[in-house]
Amino acid sequence: MNFKTNKRVRFVKHRKKFFLFSLVFTLAGIILLSTAGLNLGIDFESGSKVEVLANETLTEEEVYEQFAEAGSGYEPDDVTLAGDNNEMAYASFIGTLDQAEIAEIQNYFVDQYDNEPSVSTVSPQVGQELAKNALISVLIASIGIIIYVSIRFQFLYGVASIVALLHDAFFIIVVFSIVQFEVNVPFIAAVLTIVGYSINDTIVTFDRIRENMNEKEEIRTFDDLAEVVDVSLNQTLTRSINTVLTVVFAAVCIFLLGGEAIRSFSFALVIGLIAGTYSSLFLASQLWLVWKWKSLEREKNKPKKEDPEDLEPEV
Amino acid sequence: MVLTELPYSQGVCAFYRWSNLVVTHPVLVSLFPVFKQHQGTGRRRMKALMVKKSRIVAFFVIIALLGGIISQTVMNTAKGINLGLDLQGGFEILYEVNPAEDGAEITEETLQSTVSALNQRVNVLGVSEPNISIEGEDRIRVQLAGVEDQQTARELLATEADLSFRDVDDNERLSGEDLEENGASVGFDQSNQPVVTVTLRDGNAFGEVTEDIINDYSPPNNRLVIWLDYEKGDSFVEESQQEEPKYLSAPTVNQPLYHKNIQIEGNFELEEAEFLAEVLNSGSLPVELEEIYSNAVGASLGEDAMEKTIFAGFIGIGLILAYMMVYYRFMGVVAAITLSAYIYIVLTIFNWMEGVLTLPGIAALILGVGMAVDANIITYERIKEEIRSGRSIMSAFKSGSRRSLSTILDANITTILAAGVLFYYGTSSVQGFAVMLIVSILTSFLTAVYGSRLLLGLWVKSRIFNKKPRVFGVKESEINEL
Repeated sequence: MNFKTNKRVRFVKHRKKFFLFSLVFTLAGIILLSTAGLNLGIDFESGSKVEVLANETLTEEEVYEQFAEAGSGYEPDDVTLAGDNNEMAYASFIGTLDQAEIAEIQNYFVDQYDNEPSVSTVSPQVGQELAKNALISVLIASIGIIIYVSIRFQFLYGVASIVALLHDAFFIIVVFSIVQFEVNVPFIAAVLTIVGYSINDTIVTFDRIRENMNEKEEIRTFDDLAEVVDVSLNQTLTRSINTVLTVVFAAVCIFLLGGEAIRSFSFALVIGLIAGTYSSLFLASQLWLVWKWKSLEREKNKPKKEDPEDLEPEV
Repeated sequence: MVLTELPYSQGVCAFYRWSNLVVTHPVLVSLFPVFKQHQGTGRRRMKALMVKKSRIVAFFVIIALLGGIISQTVMNTAKGINLGLDLQGGFEILYEVNPAEDGAEITEETLQSTVSALNQRVNVLGVSEPNISIEGEDRIRVQLAGVEDQQTARELLATEADLSFRDVDDNERLSGEDLEENGASVGFDQSNQPVVTVTLRDGNAFGEVTEDIINDYSPPNNRLVIWLDYEKGDSFVEESQQEEPKYLSAPTVNQPLYHKNIQIEGNFELEEAEFLAEVLNSGSLPVELEEIYSNAVGASLGEDAMEKTIFAGFIGIGLILAYMMVYYRFMGVVAAITLSAYIYIVLTIFNWMEGVLTLPGIAALILGVGMAVDANIITYERIKEEIRSGRSIMSAFKSGSRRSLSTILDANITTILAAGVLFYYGTSSVQGFAVMLIVSILTSFLTAVYGSRLLLGLWVKSRIFNKKPRVFGVKESEINEL
């Protein structure tokens, strides 16, 4: 990027629009999640598992068709084939089947294969535990990140980067609520990937702000501080765009060319990468700017007791 | 900034020495003396402005070496990687370990012994690479990749550990219940050979058994064969002919032993002895395994989908490399080389750690590629900035590398911190993700920072690019004259 001011993208000028957008999006997201919710897969929902033993080789399509024929509304969430010749099938249903439904299914398959399928309930304990642990881990990691960033940078950088991180994770979840793709264990992995990417991206931007703050001799007005943020963002803009582009290449390729099963996973990655770049450019840095200015003002209004060096960013 | 740049010339010299040690290829060996000479004379002429070809030769030698190593071993590495349940399909059971008697406690030791016992049984099933892990304080997760038959797997795992001591005619003489709980351990005899010591509940019963065996059988049949999960029809005579007999051990009895404490000798390796002790302990395990979850996992990526995804991955990486080369010109070529090395090294380390690759692992690998590319981009953008501000290529390279290092370091440490927490608090696939992420970041730091510097440095220091900013993607018109 060039240093020439006329070419510079004015990020700071439009910060209120970005704040407003993110606020509206977050509120809409909360409403959406509490009404439409997520399309939870069998990893997270309790349900029933029907074990079908046939006397011939089965295919997944056949199993879906058989269940559709057995009665209306029987659409397995997931079908797994087993046995040496794929003569067994496990069909998972979200939601527990009641006695009448079980009887209907069993009667149908007794007619078909002369073999009564066993029906068992599955608990989502493991999936839920995984998600719960992942959530707790991210929160603990956030505290760790704030501590590290406070030591290496300053406390405010840490808080802003965590806001960006949570924003990005939340963004993917909301988008999944909109498109109603299934949420399964790989989805958790995709969210964690974005958490990692978001941190990396935000820290790189902050690093440049920190560096430019050191070089700046004095900050008198809000515009001085805004200038530092704007210059820093512009200096790192090429890097931000190039990095996200390259990773998006990989994610889009897997989305388009990879297998069906990995599609929602790579979709989550693409969404998260875009959110991650948006949040480091438009959210994290702008939040830091606003907070930093407030803290500077507070310092100014205080009677001069403390060492004025405290105003300088630590390195 | 506390970090200092790695003294460059040292790095290069170290590499020469290292290469000299490993290179056996005749052509390459013959090249090396040439470079050493040049390097020596080159140093003396440090101030001369001529192009130092030796460094460029060194660059190509390194590339040739890398290319050689990678192309020779990459297939084996790729094949050696264990695919996880979600990629390969299989069967998974999560057990809760409960004490058989009320009031007893489940300790780390009991869990370990239970895992050993399960491992032994899974081996009978012939599953390659079973993944049995302890989770939390009282859970054991068994993952059998490639096993589709739920019935067999469950029966095999759920039967209580059935330890028995039999004579060579397979008559049961003692059972696991005759052993003292956690009474087996590994010791050493006078000649420092590992032995397994066992404590019995009743010394008299053992004495009678040993006396009977000595009376009934003559050497070499005076044995007390130890079996785990003996099944009707198993025979010692048959199994002893096998290369890997089903029984655990067949110690000979030389005298009646009216003792509670006995010692099993054999030409054990230490590991074998430890294994036997663990299994003996698990045979007397006071635990019940309660199945709290089981799942037949279909390969979410069937063989076909897996191939598609790998193909997609290659295309994706190809696009990244092409983009880098177009945008960063020569530096992009260096990035392409270090990225290839990165992917190869990560897979090798992962293989070497005997890691199991799962879908979340692939996600971490993608993130790692992203971060490796990012480290390159950060450095190159810095170098470009420095060139634009009017510095010479050499000094732009040096200060660009130095200044980008702190950025990359901070970003990487923060991400590793997050991955470390995920590993510590997460379960199964979240942990897998974290391991892969940590390996990826460490490797990318090595290749994208030091690898890139080494390779780029060879060219920059050869002075061939002096006054040629276009090679780095900077136009002359963009340069601010100082």
